[in-house]
Amino acid sequence: MHSDSGHHHPNIRKYLMIGAALLVFTVITVAVNRVHLAIPAAITVALIIAVMKGSMVAAVFMHLSDEKRWIYGALVLTVLGFLVLMTVPLFTTLDSIGTPIHVAPAAQHGASH
Amino acid sequence: MHIPYTIEERPDSGLANGKLGIWLFLASEVMLFGALFSTYIILRTGATEWPHGELSVWLGAVNTVLLISSSVTMVLSWAALKVKDFAKSRLYLLATFVLAGIFLVNKYFEYSDHFRRGEGPWHSTFLAIYFTLTGLHGLHILGGMIVMAYFLGPGAGLWKREPEQFTNRIEYTGLYWHFVDLVWIFLFPVLYLL
Repeated sequence: MHSDSGHHHPNIRKYLMIGAALLVFTVITVAVNRVHLAIPAAITVALIIAVMKGSMVAAVFMHLSDEKRWIYGALVLTVLGFLVLMTVPLFTTLDSIGTPIHVAPAAQHGASH
Repeated sequence: MHIPYTIEERPDSGLANGKLGIWLFLASEVMLFGALFSTYIILRTGATEWPHGELSVWLGAVNTVLLISSSVTMVLSWAALKVKDFAKSRLYLLATFVLAGIFLVNKYFEYSDHFRRGEGPWHSTFLAIYFTLTGLHGLHILGGMIVMAYFLGPGAGLWKREPEQFTNRIEYTGLYWHFVDLVWIFLFPVLYLL
């Protein structure tokens, strides 16, 4: 999982191939956009491609495919924090305070007398 | 004064100070941009309408190509140092710096076009989050360029005194730079395409 020597060994060919793959994925992203998919499908496809591109950058250019345990530990906490941030928008839909539409009909009836 | 673990790794973590430091910094950066992406989702899902086609997809795509290319040149700059080829490393670092500069010039044209039409951040919710996200990202590009300029100029002297430490510094600069590239990989589809 991690290198014993503590040093990453450069692999020029791999870097160039990943760079080329990233450029190809960018072209695919723009090409898919020209097709004019429905919004949910377009968002799904674009984000899947972005996640694939991001993973390649992190794994190869940032050497995360071959890193030390402490770095992985820090990143697990980061991912957890990031997931919490991504769930925050959900709370905006769960919060019904101040929206009279959610008041029970019986309570509304009682309030009118 | 000798600062330990700038070159050699700590026996307990297996890491040099700078490597752990830059990753902790990047973790805080994930939280910063994560909070703004979360804000984007709240604004977008709460909006009654969301504009499409406001931005130039081609200019955004060109900037994506520029940043990806700069990530490649950045990692090649570090790889050249690993085989002790300082001259080639400088060339790749300079290429990274130039590509970053062209990215900012493109961004300047995009921004000035918006302002010429009176479309500043105050114009709409979309433009408010667009300027916030791309502005913060642009500042990160500028920060990276300042660091690169330092290593191309006064900071280059370290190579003669401590080549391994210099190589480590270029690696950490690269980690930051790849993160800036990674953020843009998500910003491009989110702001320009969807």
